[in-house]
Amino acid sequence: MTAEAAVFWAFAIVTVGSAAVVVLSRTLIYSAFALLFTFFGVAGLYVLLGADFLAATQVLIYVGGILVLLLFGVMLTHKIYDLDLKTETTQLASGVIVAAGLFVILASTGLRTQWMGVPRTPGPTTAEIGRLFLGQYLLPFEVASVLLLVALIGAAMIVRRRRDA
Amino acid sequence: MIGLQHYLVVGAALFSLGILGLLTRRNAVNVMMSIELILNAANVNLVAFSRYAAGNMAGQLFAVFVIVVAAAEVAVALAIILTLYRLRRTPNLDEADILKG
Repeated sequence: MTAEAAVFWAFAIVTVGSAAVVVLSRTLIYSAFALLFTFFGVAGLYVLLGADFLAATQVLIYVGGILVLLLFGVMLTHKIYDLDLKTETTQLASGVIVAAGLFVILASTGLRTQWMGVPRTPGPTTAEIGRLFLGQYLLPFEVASVLLLVALIGAAMIVRRRRDA
Repeated sequence: MIGLQHYLVVGAALFSLGILGLLTRRNAVNVMMSIELILNAANVNLVAFSRYAAGNMAGQLFAVFVIVVAAAEVAVALAIILTLYRLRRTPNLDEADILKG
């Protein structure tokens, strides 16, 4: 087993294992902290795939931003002194059947298809991403920034307390 | 030798776990976590294709856009969940049935 394979399997097991904890844990706060390890595992997979900028973005935005927002969601929708933040599941059996069937279909498609194409030679990506964002992908880049602005203003509008209500 | 297919299987596992959470959890925050798993699965696939099959950077740029949309989605979803919690005093999705006829 080469070093690359060992690192890949380590990250893959961390990612999928903690994702299983996210989905199956009965305590909400355990799910939130398992999600931390999933995000770090995915960042490790990005590094293995030669996407250094994306790995840093994953850690900054998912771990630093989205996970903190989710923890706010956990804390604000429960009373803090409610020590056991339990959460029930419904339709577990049929859900497992659907998810397992989906996994078999997706994985067998990925494994049995003869993938063509040329691999990209690994190297630093940040400069190339910047050049593409301000060149070929300028319009989607600007639309994405407007989308973020609209979403954040909309979120603030939705959640504020109305004086007349 | 680690290739494209290894990453595709990891992506499929993440996606299926996200679907499982989406189908079985009652808590709205937990459903949001499952959606994040699904988006991460898509990102793993995009970056893997960018590395092994496309030969260019398009997959990584798409992944950046997915991260942007995920951030916007979490902000709006959290606002909706908090408003719902204020209204109904429950974070459970199946109790939010005000529109049911």
